[in-house]
Amino acid sequence: MDFVTILQVLDSTVRLAIPLLLACLAGLYSERAGIFDIGLEGKMLAAAMAAGAFAALSGNVWVGLLAGIGASLIMSALHGLASITFRGNQLISGVAINMLAAGITVLIAQDLFRQGGRTPSLTSGGRWESIDWPFAETLANVPFFGQTYSELISGHSLLVYVAIALVPLTWWVLYRTRFGLRLRAVGENPASVDTAGISVIRLRYTAVMICGVLCGVAGAYLATGLQAGFIKDMTAGRGFIALAALIFAKWRPWYALWACLLFGLLQAVAIRYQSIDLGGITIPVQFMEALPYILTVVILAGFVGRAIPPKAGGEPYVKER
Amino acid sequence: MGKMPLWADAILVPLFSLALAAIVSALVILGIGENPVEAFNLMVDGALKRSDGWGFTLYYTTNYIFTGLAVAVAFHARLFNIGGEGQAMLGGVGVALACLYIPWPHWSIALIGTSVFAALFGAAWAYIPAILQAKRGSHIVITTIMFNYIAFSVLAYLLVEVLRPAGSMDPASATFPEATHLPSFHDMFAPEGSRLFRSAPANVSFFLALVACVGVWLLIWRTRLGYEIRSFGHSETAAKYAGISPTKITVIAMLISGGLAGMMAINTTMGESERLVLNFTENAGFVGIAVALMGRNHPVGILLAALLFGFLQQGGAELALWTNIPRELIVVIQALVILFTGALDNMVRMPLERVFLALGKKEAN
Repeated sequence: MDFVTILQVLDSTVRLAIPLLLACLAGLYSERAGIFDIGLEGKMLAAAMAAGAFAALSGNVWVGLLAGIGASLIMSALHGLASITFRGNQLISGVAINMLAAGITVLIAQDLFRQGGRTPSLTSGGRWESIDWPFAETLANVPFFGQTYSELISGHSLLVYVAIALVPLTWWVLYRTRFGLRLRAVGENPASVDTAGISVIRLRYTAVMICGVLCGVAGAYLATGLQAGFIKDMTAGRGFIALAALIFAKWRPWYALWACLLFGLLQAVAIRYQSIDLGGITIPVQFMEALPYILTVVILAGFVGRAIPPKAGGEPYVKER
Repeated sequence: MGKMPLWADAILVPLFSLALAAIVSALVILGIGENPVEAFNLMVDGALKRSDGWGFTLYYTTNYIFTGLAVAVAFHARLFNIGGEGQAMLGGVGVALACLYIPWPHWSIALIGTSVFAALFGAAWAYIPAILQAKRGSHIVITTIMFNYIAFSVLAYLLVEVLRPAGSMDPASATFPEATHLPSFHDMFAPEGSRLFRSAPANVSFFLALVACVGVWLLIWRTRLGYEIRSFGHSETAAKYAGISPTKITVIAMLISGGLAGMMAINTTMGESERLVLNFTENAGFVGIAVALMGRNHPVGILLAALLFGFLQQGGAELALWTNIPRELIVVIQALVILFTGALDNMVRMPLERVFLALGKKEAN
């Protein structure tokens, strides 16, 4: 395997890791506030369809992005209504949102475009263009650093850089701002937050809405960045891999980046090499595909460090009377 | 908060939730420019007015009874088993191995044998999440989701690399031997030359599902184990105090749950396709969640809810055939039922409780 091949695999690793990262950070905000969210998948899917549809209709990728965020926010509002206002089971609500998105996206896409539940293929204006960094062309022939610069760092779409910038931002918000402190507190001990005179309900809704926005960006990236349009079930379990990455990262932003890059690498390798031959032993592609899930189970089992979720996660808060 | 009478809790709340789901579904159909009344009539025509329609409806019902019971048994122990889909896939592997490698003399003996295999394989797939939950506190919802995906990879690997007959291109096992083919409703109920149930896939495993309903009822409400499962579900600390081992109950409840989910595969692989195919579970594991919620975790409720969802599945297929409404409408309806009966339960319950409270006060005066 030469250096250029490695770079190409890493390049597609980054592309594939971005939707995972965005969804993972989305889940991080929600779960740190004590709202379990297994509906990341559904929100992303709804956003992908809305983004694909609106980008196709308007020819403008920004309109697509906004529509994606809007669709994801509707799903988030539903999740908030069920799990915060009506104190329902957050997991069941997540399952419902996933199924709802799986069905309604095809229904709407079919109604709008009559192309078998997909949105039309996007042309240049409706997709995120890759941004070439200065001198990427000229440096492309310089071995190692130049190649790395032009192949790996330059030439991604705007959303890729935004997603990566969100990691330090999330860290800062979570650990260096008052809002972040309250957010973490409401996930660990909502009663204490309530005692301090801060609305638990409002904080949790805010977290769920931030989650909606990020899932919206993730879905929009899928339909208008990674691919050119929405197709049925295009999230293909990414919401759950993001959830796995979140557990892998133990609900911390920087670790989330590494976990998503790792899972992105697994996907990139699985796509590039169907089966891997390791001196007589062949690793089937299905194993590579299942690896993120297997790793998560191992982590959850506590064999490699213990993953302890926010303490009040999944519990509806009932205010004392 | 005033208590509602039992009948209202068991019947009124699900009915109101269902009505809400139906109203929203009707709005969705209106939204995509179709007529909900016509759509409903078409569904009834396609699913309930012909023997073939019934044959399909009952075929789907069989799947949903198994997966619904699976979710319900786990729910009684306050465990949320989202892994029915994966457990059913493994159950299918068990059925296929039993059918392909054991020379069964007759379908009836084969049915008993494959039931054991399907249940064992499904239970084995539920065992790891169960033991991880019981011993290491790993959240069973997350692990069972992960196991769904792992199961899909296992199934894909087995079908592509191991069970696929030489020279065949599609990822499916060889056709099962003749002796394992289950009699369909047409074989059982149609007189000579009649067209009754002629092309419908409903088969004898429907009755196996009914037996499973009775079995689960006996287990949950008439045995010591069932009592332990229910007490554990109501209060873990109280159960512990009463000498019930949380580890034991968690594992046993999940094994039974996984076994039931696995048995769903008998209906689809042995009863219908007569070979193991890739997508034979058709989301039944997830529909089971809706069925269990709707049926209030009681076998009678589950039977009725499974019938409803079987009707929806078959009716939806008819809709997709005759109108521009895609099959995914059914997924939307299923999601809405889960939403209203599960997550938004309090939205229906709270106003109803208030009504009963007001009524109770009036009587007291």
